[in-house]
Amino acid sequence: MMQAIPPAAVLIFGAMAVPFWKGRVKSAYLLFLPAAVLIDLMGMPEGNYWIIEFLGYELIFGRIDKLSLVFGYIFALITFIGMIFALHVKDDLQHMAACVYAGSALGVTFAGDLLTLYIFWEIMALSSVFLVWSRKTEESLRAGWRYLLVHLVGGLVLLAGILMYVAETGSPEFAYIGLGKYGIASYLILIGFAVNAGLFPLHPWLPDAYPEATATGAVFMSALTTKSAVYVLARTFPGSIELAWIGAFMTCFPIFYAVIANDMRRVLAYSLLNQVGFMICGIGIGTPLAINGAAAHAFCHILYKALLFMSMGSVLHMTGKIRATDLGGLYKTMPFTCLCCMIGAASISAFPLFSGFTSKAMTISAAAHENRVVIWFFLQFASAGVFHHAGIKVPFFTFFGHDSGIRTSDPPLNMRLAMGTAAFLCIFLGVYPQPLYQLLPYPVDYVPYSAFHVIGMLELLMFGALAFTLLILSGFYPPEMRAVNLDTDWFYRKGADAFMWFVNRPMAWVGRLLRKIGFDYMPRFFILMSKDPMGVILVVKDSILLQIFKLSESDFVSEVEQRLAKHKKSYPAPFRYWGLGPAVFWVILLLSFYLAVVLNQSD
Amino acid sequence: MKELGFLDSPENRKKVRKYFFMALGGLLLIDPFIDKHPEFLWEGAPFFYAVYGFAACVSLIFIAKVLRLIVRRDKDYYRK
Repeated sequence: MMQAIPPAAVLIFGAMAVPFWKGRVKSAYLLFLPAAVLIDLMGMPEGNYWIIEFLGYELIFGRIDKLSLVFGYIFALITFIGMIFALHVKDDLQHMAACVYAGSALGVTFAGDLLTLYIFWEIMALSSVFLVWSRKTEESLRAGWRYLLVHLVGGLVLLAGILMYVAETGSPEFAYIGLGKYGIASYLILIGFAVNAGLFPLHPWLPDAYPEATATGAVFMSALTTKSAVYVLARTFPGSIELAWIGAFMTCFPIFYAVIANDMRRVLAYSLLNQVGFMICGIGIGTPLAINGAAAHAFCHILYKALLFMSMGSVLHMTGKIRATDLGGLYKTMPFTCLCCMIGAASISAFPLFSGFTSKAMTISAAAHENRVVIWFFLQFASAGVFHHAGIKVPFFTFFGHDSGIRTSDPPLNMRLAMGTAAFLCIFLGVYPQPLYQLLPYPVDYVPYSAFHVIGMLELLMFGALAFTLLILSGFYPPEMRAVNLDTDWFYRKGADAFMWFVNRPMAWVGRLLRKIGFDYMPRFFILMSKDPMGVILVVKDSILLQIFKLSESDFVSEVEQRLAKHKKSYPAPFRYWGLGPAVFWVILLLSFYLAVVLNQSD
Repeated sequence: MKELGFLDSPENRKKVRKYFFMALGGLLLIDPFIDKHPEFLWEGAPFFYAVYGFAACVSLIFIAKVLRLIVRRDKDYYRK
């Protein structure tokens, strides 16, 4: 059965009507849009829908299969939860941006060809940046511009790759591409996707922009951009072992940054990269178990990462502060937020009975089945490390630790409701993952709960916690401090400065020189020449002679001066612009000398 | 709203720590008795995960401290 409207259209066109509603009707409408998408998706049979002919190509707006559906469900679900969380916001622009952003993420998910995908890819970047700018601080304005520029460059690379790919294959079909087979086209497409997925070293836009977004906007951002990129990578590059290595590296390096970051949402942004690393690694391994692991992990991760961003967003909303150096002891007055944060922390750390446990282990098991020893050790290291920074550091320094003296209260009802819903789902999927397993692209015969697995995971986590406890008590743990930590964005942030210097200094100088020569000297020269060419030549000759005689202190000086004055007087126009400065004269003399030497040598 | 202050008293802090260490001890006690199905040889070794988890987190902090020495700049570094 053909469905009436594509999910992307519901949200993108639905967003246009947001400003026309008021009060409770507006709240209901904002919740209705993602709910309608969820209902739309349920029971949608597999197949290709909404096909439009365009310039001889088929644009497919609805390719429904198991892989696209599992991402579609979670995107719609998190948009619903995120909307509940954002209901108190009195800023239509933010609501509209969130709707269009979620709609375009769904558009990417259900695109059946690369051209449709590209259109939604760009809408996603353009709409999401408003969630950063809406914070209306100077830093958010700057970070938003950097975010936009990085994504536009990434989009251009993607477009170039797509055009080359279409030229080579004759078809814009969005399906398996693989590395190497289509030469540079496949690499360009990979880079385009990798920017959004935050693949090392193209990741720094993420910990740069997300902490600067609004308290509610960051929730949508944490869910959509990277995970839609994970989805497209799972479709186009499964089994590319390079991705498994990049993914494994990505699980590890952000946790070091997370340990020394001060802004709590920056800690979460780095841990987001670490979690995406697990998914990328699964895609790179590429076996059915690994792809299932990547999809399941994306599903669970979106929920608990949004929950963590919501709890930190609540702290920011209520206290106006988000840095570890400013926070502490908030469990006293924000117990509900604290509890939700700890549920999110337990989930991301993959504690048994929480959602990360039932999904992350699939990827690690897949690495073990393929006998990837080094990758396996990386992933286990990251499992312990993620507990360390996202699981302990975020709740500890925000809600416990030293008492900052801040006294506030839990956030408004809608924010609590959103956090409660996400927290419930995190526990539900941890206790009873079967509904999620049924959604996965391949049949699942994975059993997460065995004594060995549970005890092993608990040992890994609890003894990691022991290390944290001992290091905190001994004072060895790196103290929180206000600082900037350099990441690979140094290259474009300082690179941009260098570029601007180059434009402002050397290039502008050359430009001014060219303008002077082209618009001052040359027209004047031609104007003078056109009146009496012979007279000009005489003046130039005598000017040069005069300089030479002046140098040699010759007796002819006065004679030449008189002759020059006569030439100038008899010229039909005033000689306003002429005259050779001594410096220019020296330069000409020097150059003539060099020329003479060079010509002599070449003989 | 009523303010919570459970962790303000040193006794309660001590209690939390005590239960935490008891849980650690409990895990070590159970470890030798569970039915292991290791994918790799070393996974079957007693207390492997406890040792690896502890070592991973200690080395994580060491590396992070070194990293901070290298990448840390003044908070207005990019504003200048």
